[in-house]
Amino acid sequence: MADPIISIRNLHKWYSGVHALKDISLDIYPNEALGLIGDNGAGKSTLINILSGVQREDEGEVLIEGEKVHISNPRDAMRLGIETIYQYNSMVPTMSIARNMFIGREPLKFAIGGIGVMDLGQMRRESVKAIADVDLHLRSPDALVGELSGGQRQGVAIARAMHFKSKVMILDEPTNHLSVKETKKVIGFVRSLKEQNVTGIFISHNMHHVFECCDRVVAMARGEIVLDKRIGETSIEEVQEVL
Amino acid sequence: MKRLLKIYFEKPELAGVLLLVILVVVFQVRSNGVFLNQDNLRGILGLLPEMGLVAIGVTILMICGEFDLSVGSVFALMPMVMAIMMEGGTPFALAFCVGILVAAAIGFLNGFLTIRYAIPSFITTLGMLFIARSLTVVISGGFPPLLPNDLPKWLFTAFVGPGALFRMSFVWFVAIACLATFVLSRTNFGNWVRATGGFLPAASAMGIPTARVKIACFMLCSVLAGFAGMIQVLRLGSPLPSIGEGMELQAVAAAVIGGTALTGGIGTVIGGIIGAVLIRVIDNGLVLSRVDANWFKFAIGTLTIFAVVANAWLLRRAKRIKSEI
Repeated sequence: MADPIISIRNLHKWYSGVHALKDISLDIYPNEALGLIGDNGAGKSTLINILSGVQREDEGEVLIEGEKVHISNPRDAMRLGIETIYQYNSMVPTMSIARNMFIGREPLKFAIGGIGVMDLGQMRRESVKAIADVDLHLRSPDALVGELSGGQRQGVAIARAMHFKSKVMILDEPTNHLSVKETKKVIGFVRSLKEQNVTGIFISHNMHHVFECCDRVVAMARGEIVLDKRIGETSIEEVQEVL
Repeated sequence: MKRLLKIYFEKPELAGVLLLVILVVVFQVRSNGVFLNQDNLRGILGLLPEMGLVAIGVTILMICGEFDLSVGSVFALMPMVMAIMMEGGTPFALAFCVGILVAAAIGFLNGFLTIRYAIPSFITTLGMLFIARSLTVVISGGFPPLLPNDLPKWLFTAFVGPGALFRMSFVWFVAIACLATFVLSRTNFGNWVRATGGFLPAASAMGIPTARVKIACFMLCSVLAGFAGMIQVLRLGSPLPSIGEGMELQAVAAAVIGGTALTGGIGTVIGGIIGAVLIRVIDNGLVLSRVDANWFKFAIGTLTIFAVVANAWLLRRAKRIKSEI
């Protein structure tokens, strides 16, 4: 097997006395779709937040393509090619699609010290293309995200992640509150990541969704990894057993 | 309904414009044509920049999701610091720079305390309202210092334009308003301000330095308030320690009347300005219409409540539409 794209070594995290991550080690391989399962409070969100730069680990290290990295904020994670799609948190409803696509990474016509004039034309053009690339059809890049349905928003978030050519895509409960049809679309999308050379980490409560689209399932409980198997070597019953 | 919401999200200041037009017509008729004559316009346009500059800063800060109640006090403190320094022989330019720095420092402190200790900016800046006002009175020693005679009034308060219609302060005001509008709608910083106020978790998850964005807005708000205060002092010719009292609330009222949402993310600079114009127009128009001037605050109060109720209603509708999806 190829070398891991992400190696997590002996990760610990405490929240005022609560040991949320207990010595987590995990290797994630290029182009695999990894399903991360666990109950609320099992530590999966903490683990994901550390990878996406929202939180810092207390102990342990993260290696990307064999090199030790410090992910101290979301920008670092994005620079390393890790994009995260959250259930709610990634879109500003009062702003247009084009502006949302480029939040924090606006193309600038010119800039002084990082602050500059946005290239609104380029933002609109690239948004249209990025959205079409993920097979979503929206009227206009100027529509407000607040006007979109949950599934459409998730689609825009996915389009954004793909546009920035991520190596690793983390999808944090992306199917919550979606209709059956929209859920199917997201699952199909996770399946298709492999062809686009993107590693996927798919977090879900829903066992069926994970078994439908992932190659490997990792189950967490009480801050530890309690199961780590290829999908073909395990069953929904076995995973449910250990949780 | 969706159309109405879209208009509200994209042009929240439209209602204010409509109201302004109606009021101007009403006052023009009620005052027998005095309202729009040259002398009266000179009066309105001469006072507008002071309130307007404060409203610009407060509006941007509110779009960013925070409040500043200390602007009225900074409005008095900044020119007082300048006056004291100039009385001691400091040249205007240097005193001006120090004054701006003092205002910026207060803004920084407002933002830093609010973010560092995660307290509502309403409380932080309420405290700062008292602190800055007290400092103003203390450093004045109770008597306003005399201003030197060689002040650059030509740069700030002299009448200019066709028919000497407006003061230089109006030119500053328009320039700053255009710049602020441009920064908010066209630059990446403006995008961050709107994202930070619109939905903080999304903004920080996308790597925007939200704390720094907020602190920058607090500082901008304070600096504009101080600058506006200096203009008023140059116009009045004396740095009274009591100027700007109640201005913080009028500025919030202006922003809200102009369509800025109390929850952040929604609003425009031009909306805040329209709010400020409305307040000045009502103030002036009531007098010209021979209505008891004490009705002024009543009118502003009614208008503010009306604007907030309308905003809240629209937001509720927006949420309902979202939950249907």
